[in-house]
Amino acid sequence: MVANVLSIKDLHVSVGDKEILKGVTITVKSGEIHALMGPNGTGKSTLAHTVVGSLRYKVKSGELLINDINLKDLQVYERARAGLFVAFQEPVSVQGLRFINYLRTAYSSLHPDEKLEYKKFIEEVKELLNYFGLDNSFIDRGLNEGLSGGEKKRMEALQMLILKPKFIILDEIDSGLDIDALRVVSKAIAKAKENGAGIIIITHYQRILDYIKPDFVHVLINGRIAESGNGELAKLIEERGYEYYRGGEVDAKVE
Amino acid sequence: MQKWNEIEVEEAKKLNEIKYDFVTNVKPAYQVQKGLSRSVVEEMSKEKKEPDWMRNIRLKALEIFLSKPVPTWGPDLSELNFDDLTYYIKPEDRKANNWDEVPKEIKDTFDKLGVPEMEKKYLAGSVAQLQSEGVYSRLRKQWEDKGVVFMDMDSALQRYPDIVKEHFGRVVPPSDNKFAALNTAVWSGGSFLYIPSGVQLDLPVQAYFRMNGALEGQFERTLIIAEPGASVHYIEGCTAPTYSQYSLHAAIVEVYVKKAAKVRYTSVQNWSDNIINGPTKRSWIEERGRMEWVQGSLGSKITMTYPSSILRGEYASTSNLNVALAVGPVWKDNGAKVIHAAPNTSSKVVAKSISGKGGMSVYRGQLRINPGAYNSKASVQCDALILDDISKSNTYPHNEILEESASFSHEASVGKISEDQVDYLMSRGIREEDARSLIVLGFLDDVLKEIPLEYSIEFNKLVKLEMSKYGAVG
Repeated sequence: MVANVLSIKDLHVSVGDKEILKGVTITVKSGEIHALMGPNGTGKSTLAHTVVGSLRYKVKSGELLINDINLKDLQVYERARAGLFVAFQEPVSVQGLRFINYLRTAYSSLHPDEKLEYKKFIEEVKELLNYFGLDNSFIDRGLNEGLSGGEKKRMEALQMLILKPKFIILDEIDSGLDIDALRVVSKAIAKAKENGAGIIIITHYQRILDYIKPDFVHVLINGRIAESGNGELAKLIEERGYEYYRGGEVDAKVE
Repeated sequence: MQKWNEIEVEEAKKLNEIKYDFVTNVKPAYQVQKGLSRSVVEEMSKEKKEPDWMRNIRLKALEIFLSKPVPTWGPDLSELNFDDLTYYIKPEDRKANNWDEVPKEIKDTFDKLGVPEMEKKYLAGSVAQLQSEGVYSRLRKQWEDKGVVFMDMDSALQRYPDIVKEHFGRVVPPSDNKFAALNTAVWSGGSFLYIPSGVQLDLPVQAYFRMNGALEGQFERTLIIAEPGASVHYIEGCTAPTYSQYSLHAAIVEVYVKKAAKVRYTSVQNWSDNIINGPTKRSWIEERGRMEWVQGSLGSKITMTYPSSILRGEYASTSNLNVALAVGPVWKDNGAKVIHAAPNTSSKVVAKSISGKGGMSVYRGQLRINPGAYNSKASVQCDALILDDISKSNTYPHNEILEESASFSHEASVGKISEDQVDYLMSRGIREEDARSLIVLGFLDDVLKEIPLEYSIEFNKLVKLEMSKYGAVG
């Protein structure tokens, strides 16, 4: 397995005049799963949008690297080609853009050196649809068109597997999923890990971590990492609640 | 805006060359003088050895043409100078049924247009029009045996004068509009397709048109007759080389859909950007007949086209799917006209337009349900996608529902490409201009999927080409 590294170093990010991320450092290596936890409005999604390259999110300082490639210099599509995949909390829909046409275009863009065998590709997609409990009709449907929240999440997870990224950021993939869907999506994340991807799971709840064990857990409070630890930290957070980090003691420690 | 991809530029150039930048060097055998007069029309009719009745129709139409003003309700046509056009050119005084007999230069042109390959694949017959007349026409043996007639209109007038006389100018009379009068006066070439009773053609019949040489008018006359129970899919494709001055195209298409017959008329047009295109296309549909118009319109300077269906018999039906791309200094005035003149008739109109880089797209529709057309059903849907702040889209639906038991729905939408959509596609590795193309093609999908595969592939390429031009500057 090739060891790749996604480095987020002392990242400061603003939206408009407001600083949202106030110095975040996370280092993810191939095959690692990191959970980024925290209450709502604390900057978790901002991190995902910043890494993906959305123009609304301005990096004031800090570093964003995949190996020695500086993502800050790259446009959105170039970051994807550098190996990044972000599954969005609310993926947009595109009317009439058939999923398979979109997916094929994306795959060829991400893997220009591979000669894509269309038939095989379709078979692979069908197999995965089946795996996620979705029927074959999804192949020809408009991208995310008329899909339920849970279906969209499963389609994002499917793309995460098929597009073979080096690093994956899952922004609240667990929200709106029932237990069965959560289980299958968790299995897919484990599969991506086996394939050598480095993964950041962004979540509010500890629930998904019952199905997929993270190697590292980070707690994001008010734009800063309040605490980092191993998988056991998630359990502790559930017991203590995020309120715990709002106490002066922890804030003082982080400051 | 990211950097413009060089490979795409090369591809675009190549495609452009193939599409436009060749003008075949064929010496016209006969050419009437510029401008339009009684003597020009008489000379043309004599040269074609037409019967008296056709000459008289032409002369009468000429009077109507001269008496009608240039329409002012749509795009600006003031730059059109009818005296500066040449009304008739015949490339060579011969026609060929056999590919080997087609002159080499003309063959080269069609090679570039891909006519022979397409025929090999699925075409059953082909009339290709260079300048004003068919130079290549052929019909597969098995169809001839069934009595199907497919040839250029001039030949049909010589060989089947009675059928032509019975149908010519009834669906589209010269008094309909100025362009229709002009066409009737100086028509030349076009296709004649006759399907006998009960004959169903399962492969599409196709004609290619292109104009060659600056300042010519091209006035094809197409007549399609589907006898009771017959069915056919007719495809018309147009490309044109680049000109330095305006060129006018004003075809007439008349379609007879008789009892329980079915006709689909697909037209994919890619005019160069100096063409003014104003065809009149109309069909009469009798009891239980069905007429389907599918139209993809790219390029041109001005296009005004409103395929019409007149539902004359009970349970007759029609659909009209229309895609128009107005990118650049282009005015696309497209639409549909449906008249429900019998009970239990139904119609569906779907129009999609895209405007960008200052382009103007207009949907102009007329839908009428006559009193007594009981239980008729009609729906009109027009969707517009506007690519930037300098482009426009207008909708002028004109609906007259005069029958109480009829049902009618009209939906219209105007949208823009959302940056969130572009961002999402880019986050999966897709370049910005490709992302925009995908979104545009998605918007067009429900119409594009009705276009035959080879055309939709070509249409896809052309949309991408238009969008890449867009990305380069935008």
